[in-house]
Amino acid sequence: MHEMGIAQQIIDIAAASIPAEMPGARVERVNLKIGKLSAVVPESLRFCFEIVAQDTPLAGAELSIEETPILARCKDCDTRWTIDEPVFTCTSCGGGRLEILSGRELDIVSIEVAEGET
Amino acid sequence: MTREIKVVRRVLAVNERMAEQNRRRFAERRVFVLNVMSSPGSGKTTTLQKTIERLMPGTRTAVIVGDIATTHDADRLAVTGAPVVQVNTDAFGGDCHLAAHVIEKAADDLDLDAVDLLIVENVGNLVCPAEFDIGEDARVVVLSVTEGEDKPVKYPTMFRLCDAALLNKIDLLPYLDYDKGQAIDYIHQVHPDMPIFEISARTGEGLGPWVDWLRTRVAAKLNA
Repeated sequence: MHEMGIAQQIIDIAAASIPAEMPGARVERVNLKIGKLSAVVPESLRFCFEIVAQDTPLAGAELSIEETPILARCKDCDTRWTIDEPVFTCTSCGGGRLEILSGRELDIVSIEVAEGET
Repeated sequence: MTREIKVVRRVLAVNERMAEQNRRRFAERRVFVLNVMSSPGSGKTTTLQKTIERLMPGTRTAVIVGDIATTHDADRLAVTGAPVVQVNTDAFGGDCHLAAHVIEKAADDLDLDAVDLLIVENVGNLVCPAEFDIGEDARVVVLSVTEGEDKPVKYPTMFRLCDAALLNKIDLLPYLDYDKGQAIDYIHQVHPDMPIFEISARTGEGLGPWVDWLRTRVAAKLNA
């Protein structure tokens, strides 16, 4: 599964985000936003992350994942709703021309770094 | 004490930048790039082989084939006379998809000025390739009537993302309990108005409309 590669990207970005004035700092938590329509399974990602993070400043760090819902807007009647099951037609007019407002995210929001240790 | 540091970045930003770079490169050379995805065993390689036979020599076609291991698919496609670049993803960590940097490198082995259509046969997998932009112009998904009718609702991300679906192996329908109407309903439930081409790569049935659909798009980019 591609979660291994994604875990590696998270570690690369997080490690590069540690401020220069905090060399050797340990990352305690990574805050992520993952959309329900992304092709990532949070449990697999956690598992891969734990393995790939070994021997990096992220070893033992917690992945805090906020799963974002699939929000859609109908381009015909402007109805907005949350998609909970794989049906992508407007709940109001039945139209199929949708704009997906959110749900495709795969973002690193922030990292939390331990202070006071070197 | 912990300190929170804002990052706010797309995890796959590196891939997305590389994909944009690919897209510019292919646009400069007026090469139309088609990303073909499917589950394993849907008949993707045979479909491409028969598609290329109908396109060549009018549409100059080249192929990048991704497989976790073996060169079997590449060998079968080379028979068409189209240049084929094989990418074994195990060299890149046994990946289940082709990433943009792999396409960038593979394209170096092709004479892009002599190519109108570059077909990328992605690794057989309905999940992972959906997350990786490679700089393509269009995406199609191949599924077959020997799979479950509910594939589209099990893998909605893939079916949302693709521009067309090829429903393959329709020559087998008389021997199966496959509910084709149900399968088509499921596809349209996930992606209303998605064009669906019912084909048999084996017999050639239904390939005409699909090849025309593709040819029209390639010509539009060539004349852009």
